[in-house]
Amino acid sequence: MTTSLCDTPAHQLVRKLKDGECTATEILDSTLERIRAVEGLPPTTAEPQTSNADEKIHAYITLTEERARRQAKDIDTALENGEDPGPLAGISLAVKDIFCVKGTPSTAGSKILENFVAPYSATPVQRLEAAGAVTLGKVNLDEFTFGSSNESSAFQPSPRNPWDPTRVPGGSSGGSAAAVAAGEAVISLGTDTAGSIRQPAAFCGIVGMKPTYGRISRYGLIAFASSLDCPGPVARDVRDAALMMNVIAGKDDHDATAVCTPVPDHLQALEDGVKGMRIGLSPDYFHLKFPDPQSGELRQQAIAPEIERTVRSAAESLAKMGAEIVEDVSLPNTRYGIPVYFVVSRVEAASNLHRYDGVKYGYRYPQPVADLRELYRRSRGGGFGPQPKLRILMGMYVSAEQYEKGYYDKALRVRTLIRSDFDRIFDSQGEFALDGLLTATTPATAFELGAVYGDSVLMQYADLLTVPANLAGIPGLSIPAGFDAQGMPIGIQLLGADFSEAKLLRIGRAYEVATAEEAWRTVRPKVTQI
Amino acid sequence: MPEKTDDRDWDEISEAIFRHLVDLAAFHLEDDEAAYLRRELNGQLRAIRELDAIDVDAEVSITSHGVPYSFAMRLPLRQDRIAPSTAADDILEQAPEVDERSIVVPDIPHEDLS
Repeated sequence: MTTSLCDTPAHQLVRKLKDGECTATEILDSTLERIRAVEGLPPTTAEPQTSNADEKIHAYITLTEERARRQAKDIDTALENGEDPGPLAGISLAVKDIFCVKGTPSTAGSKILENFVAPYSATPVQRLEAAGAVTLGKVNLDEFTFGSSNESSAFQPSPRNPWDPTRVPGGSSGGSAAAVAAGEAVISLGTDTAGSIRQPAAFCGIVGMKPTYGRISRYGLIAFASSLDCPGPVARDVRDAALMMNVIAGKDDHDATAVCTPVPDHLQALEDGVKGMRIGLSPDYFHLKFPDPQSGELRQQAIAPEIERTVRSAAESLAKMGAEIVEDVSLPNTRYGIPVYFVVSRVEAASNLHRYDGVKYGYRYPQPVADLRELYRRSRGGGFGPQPKLRILMGMYVSAEQYEKGYYDKALRVRTLIRSDFDRIFDSQGEFALDGLLTATTPATAFELGAVYGDSVLMQYADLLTVPANLAGIPGLSIPAGFDAQGMPIGIQLLGADFSEAKLLRIGRAYEVATAEEAWRTVRPKVTQI
Repeated sequence: MPEKTDDRDWDEISEAIFRHLVDLAAFHLEDDEAAYLRRELNGQLRAIRELDAIDVDAEVSITSHGVPYSFAMRLPLRQDRIAPSTAADDILEQAPEVDERSIVVPDIPHEDLS
């Protein structure tokens, strides 16, 4: 069976393009053809037009076909003139609609920014386009990234999981993951604040990387939690993620939190294998505390058995490649990740979301109002959905002088403990001296639409295994590792020390090589079988 | 509005506190939305209170972001220079209501402090 251009990984497409086997316009046409076949009606803030039984993906909020055609034509012209069109030449890119892209609607999945057209482009977007990527449009997300299923977007229908459209694609970069898995884009730029790249990548059977905090500029990213937000690659395989990292990482004069630490070539040692590397397994990532959905009481619960088996099987594969597997790595503060996140992220979100007031840009309440205060109340009341409102109210409560009970200070100090756990296991002179920690990305595979949405506590616990990396600032990589009995993808996660992205990608690539011939790698998403 | 709600009975955020927060946050809310939000907030506080059980040594400092920023990692401060902005027209184009080059807002309420 011939693989369509839109289903081909970026690193292969770039080679084909430079060898004259295809043009950027042909890659674009292939991707647009797939979009027409699987996308369905565009999401809108009006009443949904389709039911949950709809088998379409609905990944894109905005398609910028003409802009993409101009970019593709420029790539083809550059090639004809013998110029180097860049390391991502002609690669179809879907940008999570939390990034500003000059001249395009940049909505954050919210009615309050529905009519906002960005006057500039985010640094990572600008770098991807400068490297030759062709921006197809903006993909859906949870409103302001607040969620783990995409169901909270103001733009409905929300994206569906390409492996089973009755299930969610994960979130908040759900549109990104669904688009890449369904061949509606070859790569996507996402963001990860508590797992928002890694969890949807796991749910959709693709690769997602949350880089070290500060590795990639946040300039032009509509802020949620400024000490946690990380832009990062959503890609079809590890090599594509490495290609993207080479392009988007690095310092930026527009963002003082983007560090000056030199950016390595993430491709250079990618094929060097894991011989001699120390890879850890932690019981604290196999058994977690969940709130009981019925009573709300916290209880101990193991991750899904088939997911645990997949993680252990991956460890065996890496051991056969020469890695040393270190068992019983203790990370006792993992369980506090969600409570800490509930406090820290809400305080930061409340601070960031006060700027939306109906005055300078975005949604303004259209009816006459008595005064400016009513304009604020009506515009914010009508423009924000329930998830931003919840985060703003909670952020104000836990930081207000008259109400706070030391939650914020306590959360920031427990955050230090979570960071200390990782410092201890990645310390090259320490007891464990790990190169990477291998875990499941999610406690369960993709859930059905409507199964969790509405319960903001249970939804947050979908991020149990991913949020500690955000609180600690360390990098994480999710890669596909097979399927559960329902045919839904299982993702495994690799965590590492600060700025160890190249090492994590190398471990991930070794796993890809070790499992390249396994039957599950030939299975394709349901919606692409057209 | 999501249909699921949290039926836990803890009520740390009372009706009065909730109304105060909503006023500070400048939200106009419908009654059913307000009820949902207050229930969810109290549900989230149940999870947050897990922090109470942690005995954190007084010596443990706070972490405001995970990665320690050494001097070598930081960008040097920019020169403090005046430069023209070229995006003023693009920015004004986003404003919901303008009068020539000014953004229009309704009356600003005044309070008599005397």
